[in-house]
Amino acid sequence: MGKKREVDDRFKKFGTVSFTAITKVNDFVSQLEEGKVMGTRCKECDAVYFPPRSDCAKCLSSDMEWFEVAGKGKLVSYSKLEYAPIGFGDDLPYAIALLDYGDYKVFGRIADEVPEEEIQVGMEMTTRPNTLSNGQLNFVFQKA
Amino acid sequence: MGKVGIIGVGQSAFVRGYPGSIRELAFEGFKEAMQDAQISNKDIDASIICSAPEYDKQRSPAGVFAEYLGLTPQPTCYLESLCSSSSMGLRFAYSLVKSGLHDVVAVVGFQKMSEISSAESQERMGRGADIQWESTFGTMMPAYYAMYAKRHMAEYGTTPEDLALIRVKAATYGQLNEKAVYRKPVTFEMFSDPNSPMSNPVASPLRVGDCCANADGSSCILVASEERAKAFSKKPVWILGLGSASTAVNLAGRDLFSGLTVAKESAAQAYKMAGITAKDVDVAEVHDCFTIAEMMAYENLGFAKPGEGKELIKGKETYKEGSIPVNVDGGLLSKGHPIGATGGSQIRTIVLQLRGEAGDIQVKDPEIGLVHNIGGVGLYGNVSILGR
Repeated sequence: MGKKREVDDRFKKFGTVSFTAITKVNDFVSQLEEGKVMGTRCKECDAVYFPPRSDCAKCLSSDMEWFEVAGKGKLVSYSKLEYAPIGFGDDLPYAIALLDYGDYKVFGRIADEVPEEEIQVGMEMTTRPNTLSNGQLNFVFQKA
Repeated sequence: MGKVGIIGVGQSAFVRGYPGSIRELAFEGFKEAMQDAQISNKDIDASIICSAPEYDKQRSPAGVFAEYLGLTPQPTCYLESLCSSSSMGLRFAYSLVKSGLHDVVAVVGFQKMSEISSAESQERMGRGADIQWESTFGTMMPAYYAMYAKRHMAEYGTTPEDLALIRVKAATYGQLNEKAVYRKPVTFEMFSDPNSPMSNPVASPLRVGDCCANADGSSCILVASEERAKAFSKKPVWILGLGSASTAVNLAGRDLFSGLTVAKESAAQAYKMAGITAKDVDVAEVHDCFTIAEMMAYENLGFAKPGEGKELIKGKETYKEGSIPVNVDGGLLSKGHPIGATGGSQIRTIVLQLRGEAGDIQVKDPEIGLVHNIGGVGLYGNVSILGR
């Protein structure tokens, strides 16, 4: 019997349906479980990345450090879905959105508790980790 | 090096539930193009087969098609850039011919979307975005374009009613296009009628009437060297300019949300190569997968200034008799959008227009036509400029 290979597939917990199990930024999921949404910064050239990357496209370094997505971002745009792709129907209705933090942007969902009539392009919002009804993890935007 | 021309164009009818296999579907567009060009299979030196993957089971469709279309033993390969695959095919065919490697190249686009359900199809298209960081949130094409619509509305005061006018125009011409999947009239009032399916919300602010339909279809464009084009064709149409660009997959990596950078960059390249400006374009086909996509195309191609696209449609300037007719074949909104076949269908329409063979939708004496074909959510852009 061969020895069973250890597989770090933490990323399969990210999102209602995850399409990626294995990535070098798997720590993102553990940090999400600890209550933090994190991006990466290149230690060589200071380039800032969200979503996090394990490699820097600007200087080709793979020496990255984590930083926390903190403070307020501005809502660039959003859309509330009435139909969903296969696998996401139980989440309906939900809104996808983009927040601009200045140095980087974050694509995610707006928290279910924010009523659509209160959502305005340009409004300030913050990002927080979220546990979905199926036990999976993601992050959502709430009013600042 | 000489010019590169188009000597034959064809497409199948775009339909729901094509009653045949993908090779048989591809044969339909190919047959029309071959009859148009009046050449034989042996005159074709290579083929490029274009579609978006995962809608059918066939892996590596190029070999299967080359055999079925009688294009063996000539070289063939598969090429994809999602919804702009066959415009990308035109770009590669141009380079094969311009380099002198081949004299005649067939660009075959196809998609049989009906092999899977609509919800599965949305999931496939959603996975044309960033599967690691976006698709996990339950994204789909209408919702992404809806985010652009919402931003366009916030920046420029564009309204859902302005967008509805684009669908009304599309349906005006879709009724005349016997190859279109949607041929019924669409009125402006339907968008405010709760009993009309057109008014049903899909992803705010887009409604059913703002979205094109999935379809099965194929297209074929035959590209030839100047010498071969003049020998084979009485009315070759020349490729005057080609532009192509890409951008970040994840919206988080982008800076513009009221327009598509790939369209702006592709248009600038194509205009420069052709030595023309937007004002010189007599007829255009733009990628109206959603009404907002056509609105942004007006602006990104330079037919209107940013934010002023709505004035073009309100003034009916993009109708057949207007200053810049756009999608007078009904567009994707009427024809349906069989992903890999769409670019070839757009090119076909412009070629027929430039040859004066567009029938009921013929624009008066056009000399220069433009095709704007976008892949994914503004991920890939192709702009092609054709002339007589």
